[in-house]
This record gives sequence, C-alpha cells and structure tokens, in this order.
Amino acid sequence: MQCFKRDHVVPAMVLLACLAAQAQQWTDVGGRTPTKEEIQAWAISVGPEGKELPPGSGTAKEGGVLFKQMCAGCHGPTGAEPTPGMGGQARLVGGQGTLSTYLPVKTPGSLWPFATTIWDFIRRAMPEYQIVPDPGVSNIDAYSRITGKTMGPRLGPTGESLLSADQIYALTAFILFENDIIKEDAVMNRETLPKVQMPNRNGVFRPAIPTPVWKPGVEWGTRIRPHISPNSKPLPPNSKPVNATP
Amino acid sequence: MNSDRRQFLKRAALAGVALEGARSASAQTAGDTPDLTWGANPNPFWGAASEHIGGTVERSTPLADIYGIITPSELHFSINHENLTPNINAHKHRLLIHGMVDRPLIFTMEELKRLPSVSRVHYIACGGNSYLGLDSRKNPPKTVLESHGKTSCSEWTGVTLSTLLNAVGVQKGGNWLIAESADVKRHAMSIPLAKAMDDALLVYGQNGGPIRPEQGYPLRLLLPGWEGIRNVKWLRRLQVVDQPYFSRYEVGTYTNVMPDGVRLFLFDAAPGSVITYPSGQHHLPGPGLYNITGLAWSGGGAVHKVEISVDSGRTWKNAQLQEPIFRKAHTRFQMAWKWNGQETVIQSRCTDEKGDIQPTVAELTKIWNVTPDYWQTTTNNIHDFNAVQPWRVDREGNIHNAMFQA
Repeated sequence: MQCFKRDHVVPAMVLLACLAAQAQQWTDVGGRTPTKEEIQAWAISVGPEGKELPPGSGTAKEGGVLFKQMCAGCHGPTGAEPTPGMGGQARLVGGQGTLSTYLPVKTPGSLWPFATTIWDFIRRAMPEYQIVPDPGVSNIDAYSRITGKTMGPRLGPTGESLLSADQIYALTAFILFENDIIKEDAVMNRETLPKVQMPNRNGVFRPAIPTPVWKPGVEWGTRIRPHISPNSKPLPPNSKPVNATP
Repeated sequence: MNSDRRQFLKRAALAGVALEGARSASAQTAGDTPDLTWGANPNPFWGAASEHIGGTVERSTPLADIYGIITPSELHFSINHENLTPNINAHKHRLLIHGMVDRPLIFTMEELKRLPSVSRVHYIACGGNSYLGLDSRKNPPKTVLESHGKTSCSEWTGVTLSTLLNAVGVQKGGNWLIAESADVKRHAMSIPLAKAMDDALLVYGQNGGPIRPEQGYPLRLLLPGWEGIRNVKWLRRLQVVDQPYFSRYEVGTYTNVMPDGVRLFLFDAAPGSVITYPSGQHHLPGPGLYNITGLAWSGGGAVHKVEISVDSGRTWKNAQLQEPIFRKAHTRFQMAWKWNGQETVIQSRCTDEKGDIQPTVAELTKIWNVTPDYWQTTTNNIHDFNAVQPWRVDREGNIHNAMFQA
C-alpha cells in the first residue's frame, strides 16, 4: 500500500515519538487541589505591604504588660537586656546609629527595614518556650533532652497561634515604642503597621533591591561579591596575614 | 563563651549522646509511629563539637577525618536556631504550592517520589562558615572542624523544582517564592524565582538513603551554592509572591553589616578552600614527604583551580584536583610536599569557573574597606568570610591556626 512506503513511515514514527515525549513532560504531576481552608491554615507569611495582616489592634501600653509576662524572661524587661546566655539575637531594642561603626548592634529597631517582619515572626515563632499541642509533631532533638526545656510548635495544626491578633499587634507596638519609633499610645493595626517608617528603611541597604523580573536564561546576581577578580593586583609576596589583637 | 561554660556544655552534650542511646528503644511507641526509626546517634565527633551557643545548637563536620568529596550523612553539619528537629511522619507529610499560580496543588511524599528524580552532588555551607564571630577573638579556632566545619557535601536525590512550578503555572508578576518549614519556628525564606527555575531541587534522598532527620526529613529545599539558611529543611509550603517578604532571618542574623551599608540576600557563596591535612592540631613526626590535601568549593560553579603555597605565601603551585569535579560541590585537591623541618606557613586558594579568586585576609580587608584590626574587634557577625586559611607549621611539626597570627 502506498501509505506504508518507507518514506512516510519514518516521519510518522518521528511524529508519534514527539507526541509521546510531549506527553511525558509532566504537565500532570499528580497532587490534588487544596481547599481554601487548607491554604488559609498554612499561609501565615506577612509581606512588607501587610496585605495578609488580620483584623485586630494593640498599643505599646497593652504590649508592655504582655511582654513582662511572656517575653522578659529571655529578652529582658524592655527588650534591650537579653538574659545572659541568650546571645545577641535576643536583643530587640537599641543600636540605632551603630550599623556603620565597628561595633554594630543588630536589632529589629536598628536593622530591620519593615515593621511587618516583627509581627510575622512573633506569630510564627514566639514565645519560644510554650507550645500549642499538635499531636502530629514532636521533637527529637538532643537539645530538649539536655536542657529539659519543653519545646514544640508555636502554631497549631490549623494555624492557630498561642497569641491573639490583638496581642501580637500590642507586642509589636511595644517593641517599636521601646525603639523610639512610635508613641506609646499609637494604635497598631493592619492599616497603621505597614506604614511605620523603620529607621533603616531607606538608609543603608545595598545593593538596593529592585524586584528582579525573572526571565528564562537570565543569570541571578546583583550583590557586591566579596571576591577578587583575576585583574586585581596580588599583594607583595612577603605581605603577612593581619596582625592579631590579643 | 567562657571556658567553664564551654566545659559544661561539652559534658552536657556527651550526656545527651548517652541519653539518646538509652531512649531510642522507646522512641517508636511515642505518638505516631514514624515510618523510619533513626535510633541513637553514636557520632563520636559531636560529643565535643556540638555546642549550644545563644539559642543555637551547632554541629560541625570533622573535615580532617573524612575522605573524598562526600560527607557521610550522619556527619553533615547542622546549625539549629532552636528550630529543633521535628519527628515527622513522612506518610502524613504534605507539600503545598500556592500563591500566584494557576493551579495550587498539595502533594504527598509518595506523589513527589513518583515524579522523575535526579541525583546531584552539591555542598551546603553555612553563611558564617570560617568566621566564628565574637567568640573567635578569645578562642581562635584550633582545628579545621572548628574553623571550617560548617560545610558538607552530599549526593542529593529529588525532583527539580522547575518541574512542579511549570505544572502549577506561575502567574505574571510572580517573581519570588516563599519556602517554609514545618519546624517549630516555621522557618521561612524568600527565594528569587530565577533560582527556583534554575537548579533548585526538592530533595528526599541523601547519599543513597532517606535524608537525615536533622537535614530535613522527609523533604528539603536544595539551592545549590547558596548560603545554608536558605536551604529550607522539613519543607511543607511554597508560595509564589511578587516580592521578597523580608523574613526575620533574612533581615536580621543572615545579613552583612558592612561599613558602607547592610547587604542582605547574600545568596551564592564565594569561592573557598582549606587544607584539611595537615591542619590545626595535627603533628608532623619529622621532616619528609607529606601529601597535602584539602577541600575547595564555590557557589559560583565548578572549582577551576586550587593553588597551594608552602612557603608563607611567596610562591603558589597548582594542586591536583580529584575527578570527577561537580559544580557547586566539594572538590578534593592534593599535592606532595617535602617538609624540610623549618617553620613555614601552608595555605590554599581556590579559583572558580567564573574566575573569582579566594582572597587572603589582607585582600578581604581591602575589599571590605576596613582596617586590619576590624576582624578581631567588630561585634558584627560576618557572613561569606572566605579568606585563605593559613596553617603555621612550627619546628616541632605542630600545626597552628595562623589566620590572625603573623
């Protein structure tokens, strides 16, 4: 039969092979469509514009009472004096004006460019030493065995926090107030919080972060790399490593 | 950290290892039965190496005691900002992909494993590796474990992230990705979509076995060559968004405060290398022939060249690189060296495929535009500190850290 001539069969096979290859491009990767509720329970990230912030409000005055009860144990009475052994990361207050010195004090008040990060982190991770029961997750790290401290998730299986939205707004307000960024009676809510101007917002972030637009084949890399290029002049061969300060 | 505290912690860590052994038998009955029991951790190195510093549990890889380029899974470094290793039942674990996508999807581990898999050799290094912060002023690292032990290399197995992102259909304007963990702090990081579509993997296998619990079992985001903190462990949520979300660890701890401004989003790591033999606290029994060996890496791609100097930096010779060489992976180098019994400094420097060269600490001082005493006086916690590591060999054959000692 004419149509089974070799000339025709080979292109037809190639065409079929191409179709088969296309079918194997895994456009159908399995999985299932999540329900709205499932997404809502897990989607806890709050971005710099605060679009995701829930209703609720709080002031530094209210936050101060909560802070004393739940936070001062590790962060100190005002957030500026972390308990010895907690490390610098527990310091929440102070350090403005130190970043360009040799002795920078990195705190939310001195370093973080957006107030929304404070709200987001309190909800997802604080307070450290209390738990929401979640039968699905336990911890097997040796640390809790060594210290005997009870550790567990700060968010329950359906996204509920230990703290109410009002409490998180109040604690965020307290940290901002202690950093002299807002007044004690300023009400923090989903409208006001994203508008708070953090001291380090426009000053010192380099390189500036224009949102990169992704295109296939575009290489990533805008940061100033602490490398030397092949064109850098090598140091004289007898140069010594930096002298130590005892 | 004062020495009393250090001693106490070492004892505590050893006690922890013993306790772990005693308790492993009962671990199976607690709560949901895990599908895989990991048992005790008999790692002899971590008794001394695991420390709890300011809310962080640190375990380093004993680089002088491993061979080739693969780090045994149980010796992979781990830094833990009290995120704590969750005991996750893989049968119940889910990955949710949502946000600016056409078709949000939720996956079981079984479904992810049904997809085409790739196995690739990549290293992961902590952004703070080789700079130990304030503590190193009083207690300079003595061994290569202490100085460079926060880098490890594995063969990772999983599915390419681009496969899943292509399937869910990223919408116009979706330029970033939030990757979030199931751990107690819901650790979250912002990842540019460019990286996610390039070489990012969702991995469930490590060195031929299931990924270790402390490395992210059952699922981890792997961003080859990027700072460790972004390789989110215990991954359970990916959200496509329009901009970076400035999470706590990407605006706080993992930033470089440089004299002229703050760098955040450090991303790909600079080229680095270190001689692992002979290295700090090793002893050469006498003059003679020794095989210098070590590891090199770069977040920028393949290691192109490693040079070794055995005469205090006067001359440099190319070391031999062990093949195969993988991109963004540990690369083993070696060179025969005849020690004449005299005091000298030995050191290595890496050049990667882009031509970036690992600087000496003096060169790094110029790059940062600081004075030479900066590294020893600043309260800054420095990331991407990739200075050449000099080891001083004294006349007795003892090896000392000479990073800050002329």
